[in-house]
Amino acid sequence: MNQNNKGIWKVIGASSLGTLIEWYDFYIFGSLATVIAGQFFPKTNPTAALLSTLATFAAGFIVRPFGALVFGRLGDLIGRKHTFLLTLMIMGGATFGIGLVPSYESIGFAAPVIVLILRLLQGLALGGEYGGAATYVAEHAPVNKRGFYTSWIQTTATLGLFVSLGVILLTRHNLDPDLTKSIAKFNDWGWRIPFLVSILLVVVSIYIRLKMNESPLFEKLKKEGNVSVNPLKESFGHKANLKMVLLALFGATMGQGVIWYTGQFYVQSFLENQCRLDFDQSRMIVLWAIVFATPFFVVFGSLSDKIGRKWIMMAGMLAGILFYRPLFSVFVKDTDVKEWVKQDVLLIQTDTTLLNNNNLQLKQINSSYKNYYGATFTKIETDTLTPNGSQSVYKKDTTPVFINKKLGLEKYIKFIFLVWLMIVFVTMVYGPIAAFLVELFPTKIRYTSMSLPYHIGNGVFGGLTPFIATLLTTIYTGDPLTGLWYPIIIAALCMIIGSLYISNKIDPNVND
Amino acid sequence: MNKIKRLAGILWIVIGPLAAFYLIKTAVQEIAAKPTVDTKIQWFVFAGVFIPIAIGMMIFGYYALKGEYDHLPESSEELTD
Repeated sequence: MNQNNKGIWKVIGASSLGTLIEWYDFYIFGSLATVIAGQFFPKTNPTAALLSTLATFAAGFIVRPFGALVFGRLGDLIGRKHTFLLTLMIMGGATFGIGLVPSYESIGFAAPVIVLILRLLQGLALGGEYGGAATYVAEHAPVNKRGFYTSWIQTTATLGLFVSLGVILLTRHNLDPDLTKSIAKFNDWGWRIPFLVSILLVVVSIYIRLKMNESPLFEKLKKEGNVSVNPLKESFGHKANLKMVLLALFGATMGQGVIWYTGQFYVQSFLENQCRLDFDQSRMIVLWAIVFATPFFVVFGSLSDKIGRKWIMMAGMLAGILFYRPLFSVFVKDTDVKEWVKQDVLLIQTDTTLLNNNNLQLKQINSSYKNYYGATFTKIETDTLTPNGSQSVYKKDTTPVFINKKLGLEKYIKFIFLVWLMIVFVTMVYGPIAAFLVELFPTKIRYTSMSLPYHIGNGVFGGLTPFIATLLTTIYTGDPLTGLWYPIIIAALCMIIGSLYISNKIDPNVND
Repeated sequence: MNKIKRLAGILWIVIGPLAAFYLIKTAVQEIAAKPTVDTKIQWFVFAGVFIPIAIGMMIFGYYALKGEYDHLPESSEELTD
């Protein structure tokens, strides 16, 4: 390996590690939202509940693009290296801080306020990180390998999700030899561990990044006195740049965002909430799919160096448009318990609980079953005590609920394959996009110009996918797949705009 | 091809206000159906982020119609007004 190669791998390693940690920090809050809500945002206090909603929405969807503007501007003014060091410190500090905040029970109203502020800081830092890391790597990369080298940065978001899910599952299962006690401990105090662990990772990453040099292209601009005086004005105030920012958003990042969030987040939420798959199994399916799909970020990044970025990204969007409904309908069909019980099922256990709900006498019967293929599920029947002549009898529940479904091995592998396929679509749109964005904008306003469309595409269009899709299924209740129309329509619109207006040419010179 | 790009600009100009109208109409219906704080915040956030984006779509359409995307710049010199 020659000196140049060693140099670029150091750059990729330092940038990717920090970006991966930032994604990890951002995701653990989302993955632990229910536990955190119980600790800091009790539903009984309306103000705390309000802060909870703000923490969910504001951090991901408003503050992220705002962070892109703030840190993008800084990155174009003072340099890439120092800016993304700053975002890493803010993210690490905020994450560690969340792990230390006493609960609502201990300090009252101050707890949700502090958590909300720290969460907003996380969103702000994430908004500033990605553009810096992608720009930094691209500005070090040789012309013919820009897609290949920047694709390593593209793996970090998915790997950040992988590490966050992994650390959460490991902690949740290992706080006590008895799994039930372990989960109880995790919900009580163990959830803080993934947040506190973050500080170690951040310190290591800061140490590595401190040793790195500034981007050679930015150094050159600085020496020549060509650094932008007002990158925000230059990016969005000048028509020539603004039109490219709009093209990047509507022709690339908007579609990429919805494909990304459908393939990695909505699918998990769908398996858990719509198909009622077991908590651990739905996460394990996504984890395995991520493991097998991640190399494809590099495959498609590298391929984009040879055949151009545009058509790979457009093909990824087209695949999502064509295959989402057929793929998700397989999930619905294969988790339909009515099909499972057509074969013999074995009753494993039955628990009966008597309940009193709004003066209604209820009898809840939880029955666990197993079928021939190893699939298990719990059937919940809630019978109501109703008067019948002089006596009262329990009226049989005719619409039992089936939960905690666990697939047998064959279907488990099939589901991993289907989610893998969707993450491959993600790798097609996401692998080449950093190189594409870097090439679209000139060096002196690159950080600012590429960060905003990226974070509107991902944070707003992508980040809202699970919410909007779920919302659509509650408005139009007839079809469980209604939610998919949101990513399908956005991806279709983006694909048409991208195909019409984006060029497939690779810009040989980003040194301008 | 440039003619198609320009004509499609009209479509993008129309999509912006149509999307904003649909969003506001749904928001009003949903808030009226369930007037809780959570519902209101959720729809205010949706409207707050998507309406500026819809305006951006109209600007994009306007640029397309004017032929701004007939030729994409290939160097920084071309990116100055």
